[in-house]
Amino acid sequence: MSEAEHVWIARDYSKCSGCRRCEIACSMSHEGKIWPEASRIRVFMLVPGIEVPHLCVQCHDYPCVDACPTNALSVSKDTEAVLVDRDKCTACGQCIDACPGKIPFIHPTEDYAVICDLCGGNPRCVEACAEGGWNALEIVKKEDTHTFRLYAKTPEEITRQVIVKLYGEEWKEEV
Amino acid sequence: MRGYAGKFLEVNLSTGNIKETKFSEEILRQYIGGRGLAVKILWDRLGKRWEQIDPLGPENLLLLLTGPLTGYVPGARLCVSGKSPQSNGIVGSTVGGEFSVELRCAGYDGVIFTGKAEKPVYLFINDSDVELKDASHIWGKDGKETLKILVTEGLKELRKQAPRRGLRREPQAVYIGPAGENKSRLAVVTSKWVHAAGYGGYGAVMGSKNLKAVLVKGSGPLPDVADMESVSALIDKILEINFRSTAFRRWGTGFLGYDVGSRLSSEPVRNWQEEWHDEKSYGADEFEKYWVKRYWGDFGCPTTCLKVAVIKSGAFKGAVTDNPDYENQAYLGANLGIFNAEGNIFLTSLIDDLGLCGIQTGNVLGFAGELYEKGILTKNDLDGIELNWGDVKAFSALVRMIAERRGIGDVLAEGTYRAALKIGEMKNVNVLSYAVTAKGIGIGAHGIRSEEDYPGPESYACSVQGGDHTSVARLPLDHGNSELRIMLYDSGVFCWFNFFEKEAEDLLWPFIEAVTGWKITEDEWFNTTARRILHIQRALLLLGGPDLKWTPKKDDDVPARWYEPLRKGPYKGKTVARRKIEEARKGYYEAVGWDKNGIPKPEELKRLGLDDVNKRMEELRTQT
Repeated sequence: MSEAEHVWIARDYSKCSGCRRCEIACSMSHEGKIWPEASRIRVFMLVPGIEVPHLCVQCHDYPCVDACPTNALSVSKDTEAVLVDRDKCTACGQCIDACPGKIPFIHPTEDYAVICDLCGGNPRCVEACAEGGWNALEIVKKEDTHTFRLYAKTPEEITRQVIVKLYGEEWKEEV
Repeated sequence: MRGYAGKFLEVNLSTGNIKETKFSEEILRQYIGGRGLAVKILWDRLGKRWEQIDPLGPENLLLLLTGPLTGYVPGARLCVSGKSPQSNGIVGSTVGGEFSVELRCAGYDGVIFTGKAEKPVYLFINDSDVELKDASHIWGKDGKETLKILVTEGLKELRKQAPRRGLRREPQAVYIGPAGENKSRLAVVTSKWVHAAGYGGYGAVMGSKNLKAVLVKGSGPLPDVADMESVSALIDKILEINFRSTAFRRWGTGFLGYDVGSRLSSEPVRNWQEEWHDEKSYGADEFEKYWVKRYWGDFGCPTTCLKVAVIKSGAFKGAVTDNPDYENQAYLGANLGIFNAEGNIFLTSLIDDLGLCGIQTGNVLGFAGELYEKGILTKNDLDGIELNWGDVKAFSALVRMIAERRGIGDVLAEGTYRAALKIGEMKNVNVLSYAVTAKGIGIGAHGIRSEEDYPGPESYACSVQGGDHTSVARLPLDHGNSELRIMLYDSGVFCWFNFFEKEAEDLLWPFIEAVTGWKITEDEWFNTTARRILHIQRALLLLGGPDLKWTPKKDDDVPARWYEPLRKGPYKGKTVARRKIEEARKGYYEAVGWDKNGIPKPEELKRLGLDDVNKRMEELRTQT
């Protein structure tokens, strides 16, 4: 498979409507239920109106994969997404420590890490966002760039960036 | 049982005792959840002594209820209820947001509060860990500050609890502002800064109980349903129908501030002295200049009719609110003679922060504005405020007096109807004719004089929720706007706004079955389930008390103002004929099974198994 066929989920937080259709689509697809806390994409709302969809960015150097002491994490050859082997994962949390955006989390009822798997190349969250015309999430072609990794930020960091853009500089202190 | 978490929390604020309560499948099948279940709970627990129960006393209940469809039907809401300090009846008051979904994911269908806390508290529900916490440090804070503290404290605790499981998300909250703390009957229960359970005055009930907020984090899935495949397919259909409504999605109700006035001529202008204006300065295009988000919504909503408005410079810098929506545009704009977006956004943001209802507050401000215009209230009465139409600063100063119950604000905080009685006494003049209310509730911003808008002559006169424009009486009983249909949304509990299309409405019956497994037909709903809820609401509204009691003959009516002809615009001269109201009332009583005095008939109550309600109605029947 050529590199050109890999997708990346671009995100424009200022367009997020907070509707959580992405969480519904993700948890329906991965859990067979509506389960916001088990969704691989989670919308944080530290401040109303500043909704932050939080999901894996597939860093070029995959620090989470490197950090895993049990080799439970691997990179999919098909999609370049991080795959979690539930049997090997001990829920130790080292992948979370290694992630610059603290994006992975341990499943709410099971002991394994939850990381976006890009739905095998056709992410349901992006589909849900596109069909509503919100386009906070969009599929772009994955490029050979280190830029994607910069999007691995904590919800707090992202909120501070977005709030300045939407509400103004003086709101920065509110997060 | 499918679709339900299966248990409710019951919190006694007087003793601090917290326990779990269940309702039988039979009761849930009959009353569903939200508004329906609230009516059943209130009847069972307070019905016998209803007239004596002070809505702002410790005996009242505060109910936060979800329904089986919450989180499944796109557009989640929460139903807040109790004995209403506005109507002395029951209002099923709903508010958007993720709180209700989070509560169901925590394993609860609702929370029942009884008693009164000694000191300010808030409840933190963290799955099955439920704890009352001190709220002294949040008491007195405005809405935005309150939510900030709650989220910070909640997150800190959640993350401390499981430091190795990754970043926990913020918990969801409902809370009150200073107006609720000060027991203003205009006070709301707020979520997400700008969403409010407005009608009913339940912010005051929370305040009377010293309950500042409820915070919840639920880590589980929504409760299991009977048939997930069907639920999923029905959701897709509802999305598809609503994705088609391009204009409503684009502007929400935020284009109506101009449109309802100029086109339908049914918008309150200067305390309903007019219902028409052609103020182009008040168009959607003017509001849009301040929108930083075009689409904003709550859990699962395809429409996202809300918009986020921010003022970044000038005298009103720092104001943040949603759209404002039509009701706020009308009541905190046109009704006060304000026709500029900036002023309206500022006032809306202010009432959000203080925890006041935009509709009820705009109603009483307009009332005060007219009394000032007529010289009945003077600058002296208003602590020096010159309350001229269109003066944003003057009206915002009065808003603060209301929230703080300062000076005349203490009287106005009682709501328009009660304020009219009080000011009438103070000034020795009848000012009830300037009060545009029904059953103690300021009427929503959709008038009936032009006959172009959706409410009809029976709508506010006969509604069991008085002036509530989201729950009007309408014939035929299965009308798209009939409160018997709205009860399904309020009991479900989800947003009406994705069900304007008949095609979408019809999907709800299979939706109920797919979620609960119960086959509730349209016929069963309109003739049995909704009727039961309606009659109990009506019975308790008529029992009323302790400060006010409604008599159908006098109070199943529209406000005196609406018998005056419209003064301006294409419908100039149009008025409501008294005969028309009388006929509509008679027709409505007959259709729902109430006698000529507006009391539910014995045979109708017995048919529905409501013999105990009938017994209480006997007392009223002998009085009339």
